[in-house]
Amino acid sequence: MIWEGVLVASAACYALKLAGLSLPQRWLENARVQRTIPLLPVALLAALVATQTFSTGHHLVLDVRAAALGVAAIAVLLRAPFLVVVASAAATAALLRLL
Amino acid sequence: MFTGASQFAMVGVIGAGGSVWAGAATAALLGSRNLLYGVRLSSLLGVGGVWRAAAAQFVIDETTAMTIARDRVEDSRFAFWATGIALFVLWNLGTLIGALATHALPNPKVLGFDAAPPAAFLALLAPRLRSREPMAIAIAAAVVAIVVLPFVPAGVPLLIVALLVALYGLRR
Repeated sequence: MIWEGVLVASAACYALKLAGLSLPQRWLENARVQRTIPLLPVALLAALVATQTFSTGHHLVLDVRAAALGVAAIAVLLRAPFLVVVASAAATAALLRLL
Repeated sequence: MFTGASQFAMVGVIGAGGSVWAGAATAALLGSRNLLYGVRLSSLLGVGGVWRAAAAQFVIDETTAMTIARDRVEDSRFAFWATGIALFVLWNLGTLIGALATHALPNPKVLGFDAAPPAAFLALLAPRLRSREPMAIAIAAAVVAIVVLPFVPAGVPLLIVALLVALYGLRR
């Protein structure tokens, strides 16, 4: 079941890219479409940050992941590279669990 | 699938107990920006047939940024293929190593690996928050996702957020 989903999602992601290269430009010139598509990743990524930090299953929880996210946010503000941001969050969570 | 945010999101949704299809839908929605990148790149690349089919897989954030930053068309094309091929090879190699290495790891929580995905999503989100509107949308999306989370199946908060932002963007 997982692999069927992966294959379908992969096909969808590829089809979107191919459609962008292939469709006549005017099909996508609609101002509302141009405005909306860039907003989707903003909303989805923000929702992913929130749900993956503050929940376990169906329960809202506040644990070391919140502190880890705070450290990651500082790293982002300091313009740290992607890997440093991710590693600093993981290290924060690991250290706090040791205490 | 070769588009990082979608890959992370799909794994994230399934890992949090969501259905495979909620994960697939989230991945596809996140991949929708590649549609606009493709439109932006099509005139620069000028590819058809098999080359277009191959080029399509390389249409991602990084290749688009590298391609449109060149002054001459030849440089753009070189930047696209060089960035695309290098990233494709290294990204998938890294993924393979990661997949094999997890079997050798102890409890991932001890290493804080459960705190890594939100940090990764934050790092992907940050460059998109250059003005007030995306900032407000990000905050609203986070709040909505948290509020509905206890009441709907895992992964569905993301789809609700996607629907709301689409309605917001497509309003007249």
